[in-house]
Amino acid sequence: MKLDAGIPAGPLHDKWDRHRFEMKLVNPSNKRKYHVIVVGSGLAGASAAATLSELGYQVSCFCFQDSPRRAHSIAAQGGINAAKNYQNDGDSIRRLFYDTIKGGDFRAREANVYRLAQISVQIIDQCVAQGVPFAREYGGLLSNRSFGGAQVSRTFYARGQTGQQLLLGAYQALEKEVARGGVRMFPRTEMLDLVVVDGHARGIVARDLVTGSVSAHTGHAVVMATGGYGNAFYLSTNAKGSNATAIWRAYRRGAAFANPCFTQIHPTCIPQSGHYQSKLTLMSESLRNDGRVWVPKGAGDQRAPHDIPEGERDYYLERKYPSFGNLSPRDIASRAAKEVCDEGRGVGPGGRGVYLDFADAIRRLGEDTIRERYGNLFEMYERITAEDPYHAPMRIYPAVHYTMGGLWVDYNLMSTIPGLHVLGEANFSDHGANRLGASALMQGLADGYFVIPATIGHYLATNTLPPVNESHAEVVDATRLVEERIRRLLGIRGKRTVQSFHRELGTLMWNECGMARNASGLRKALERLPALRHEFWENVTVPGSGSELNQSLEHAGRVGDFLELAELICLDALQREESCGGHFRTEHQTPDGEARRDDDRFAYVAAWEYGGASAPPILHREPLVFENVQLSTRSYK
Amino acid sequence: MNAPGGLHFTLRVWRQAGPDETGRFETYSATDVSPDMSFLEMLDVVNEGLTERGESPVAFDHDCREGICGTCGIMINGVAHGPMRATTTCQLHMRSFADGQTITIEPWRARAFPVVRDLCVDRGALDRIVQAGGFISVSTGSARDANATPIAKADVEASMDAAACIGCGACVAACPNGSASLFTGAKITHLGYLPQGQPERARRALSMVAQMDLEHFGGCTLFGECQEACPKGISIDVISRMNRDYWTAMLFHGEESSGNYTG
Repeated sequence: MKLDAGIPAGPLHDKWDRHRFEMKLVNPSNKRKYHVIVVGSGLAGASAAATLSELGYQVSCFCFQDSPRRAHSIAAQGGINAAKNYQNDGDSIRRLFYDTIKGGDFRAREANVYRLAQISVQIIDQCVAQGVPFAREYGGLLSNRSFGGAQVSRTFYARGQTGQQLLLGAYQALEKEVARGGVRMFPRTEMLDLVVVDGHARGIVARDLVTGSVSAHTGHAVVMATGGYGNAFYLSTNAKGSNATAIWRAYRRGAAFANPCFTQIHPTCIPQSGHYQSKLTLMSESLRNDGRVWVPKGAGDQRAPHDIPEGERDYYLERKYPSFGNLSPRDIASRAAKEVCDEGRGVGPGGRGVYLDFADAIRRLGEDTIRERYGNLFEMYERITAEDPYHAPMRIYPAVHYTMGGLWVDYNLMSTIPGLHVLGEANFSDHGANRLGASALMQGLADGYFVIPATIGHYLATNTLPPVNESHAEVVDATRLVEERIRRLLGIRGKRTVQSFHRELGTLMWNECGMARNASGLRKALERLPALRHEFWENVTVPGSGSELNQSLEHAGRVGDFLELAELICLDALQREESCGGHFRTEHQTPDGEARRDDDRFAYVAAWEYGGASAPPILHREPLVFENVQLSTRSYK
Repeated sequence: MNAPGGLHFTLRVWRQAGPDETGRFETYSATDVSPDMSFLEMLDVVNEGLTERGESPVAFDHDCREGICGTCGIMINGVAHGPMRATTTCQLHMRSFADGQTITIEPWRARAFPVVRDLCVDRGALDRIVQAGGFISVSTGSARDANATPIAKADVEASMDAAACIGCGACVAACPNGSASLFTGAKITHLGYLPQGQPERARRALSMVAQMDLEHFGGCTLFGECQEACPKGISIDVISRMNRDYWTAMLFHGEESSGNYTG
């Protein structure tokens, strides 16, 4: 396998522009002859499907949810970054680029990130034109807030529902194209395999979740925008249905998987309340604009927060990172929370929590201002915990939130399988080892609205793609394999529920490959995983049949894939003998507990190639070349 | 005996194997329920028990479990999304129920929402209403600078109040007529408060309302049950705006109108 990122030549600020000129175009009247399959309808998928259809391509779009509007992008709360510099506070495309590269702990590609920062500006324009009701000032102009890892105010937002509003914008554009006949939508349909013909991605095998029928859909190119794999940890802030099956099946068909161990643990989530817990709920990072994070100075302090005097509180983020304080990046804030809880200073049941306190902000700004800024988040917190955050501090704890790793893509967002393009969280490309807040929405929309519409034309114009229909041997074979796997899952009739396997997998991953990792824990996980997988395929019970709506069967297929992916995550974490971003190896830290990167040995993208059912995966390295930024130790002190 | 703090409930759950099958209520026990469990977590535990006993688990739609995706939605004791105001089913917690209570759980009941299985219904009609005109026709790349048109804060706030709709369908389920007017009115209001939404305003109202009728939703007779059931607290005022846009378009503009009027 050869990794060629295809980064255009020339100065950084010129690369994208020059590349767009150099790429081949598809004649407008020829576009309708091409059929593009888009899997996923979140920010990246819906924006791509809508835009490709506007350009004239025939598009089929698939999602497992009952409507494309439900994709998990909808849950993003805080905002979307853009280098508009409307605040005149020193922002620029170069600064957004630099913040993102540094925030990712120098493990992302310069050229991709610079392009992202350039496009960020157009995204806001596009969304406003679609009717996204971003927050505004009294003068009628757009308002901004600050997010972690930045010292400028560049985050656009729509209350605490920014993801929802951006997704509705993309969804409405998609439905506009459905109505026009450019997009055919397949809701409640799940991709279960990729069809590769003569080395090119030519379609997918999908299951209609209502009738259970399995069928192939073929086209000229496949675009996967299927989100992240945080649910490998069972408990995460992801939606229950979020899964890795599409990217995992593509990996098994030859797409390299890059940096699987780069997972983001978000510092501000509502702590777990019991063993029955089905998911963890995020409290937007934007809360750290006004909330102060603290724990008692003394271990085992059981007093109520109000009874702890100011002098006995440790505002540990402000103490350790005075220049960024409560707005330190996610990985740093999460590790700091774990550290104080490990010291016995955590609060709430089980001692796995820290306070996020708004008392000062309410005193300074008044309860009404706080209500206007965060009202819906405060309500959500109260609904879940039955505690009123206007009067008692929130309790928060880190939880798995986002995966920076994903399928390897080149500058054109194409994977190592020609014709398979990967967008949004499903790819690895822009966030390095840690994503900054409000950058996921930016990346999803950049990929879908602006990058893929430009690059897919070049692929289609420069490749000869003979017709492939449903009776082609590769298509028939892929369909048969999917059907066999379903039959096998249904035929085990063992004793353990899918849920119990998923929960055990999650506990193992959280303990051994979570916020802090080390070689012995990872080896332990790598020993346990094959056994757990073996037990799954011997002893899982999946009730019902394959020819009906069967949610246990859907879950079983996804857990089967998570069980394989988990092993790759651990392998990757084990080989990366450094600490960077969200990947913290306890063996590699400075005396004061900060991450110690090793640029000489690990300034590369780890791209894993599937080795087959009985052989280990093969590691390929794409060196990261930094020509425009100085590699420095990331400091927020 | 229940563990300390454990609650017990009797559940009457609607079971229906498919759209054309006959449905019926089945009774299950939910024991040792923590008051901090969400309603759906309680159902998860019941389902795990059913699976372990070799019975078929109850199918219900859910995804984000944080009240924003709009996937979940069931009738709980005859109330859409259950007893807590402005709360989706996934955000409802068992502390809202009395120990020992019998809880009746049904799918949304509406002619336009056929049952898919158990508690899952087909809400595709809502997508088709959006297809009829719930958008602003702007192709990618043709936008001008985001700050080129100032928009009064009050207008954006009113637009956002309506845009908060999650498309769950509770309004339809709660309406004695099975009307989708709150849903449709919310989209018309979201876009109608913004300058960008003006060129298509008349056309949007005409086609979305027409589609609503085609999908067999009932008419609105202003019962107001929809706003009581709405988990996002969307006000029935959006229906007045929809009606005004619709009648203005019918009376003064017709199908060909640019809808270029203020309001």
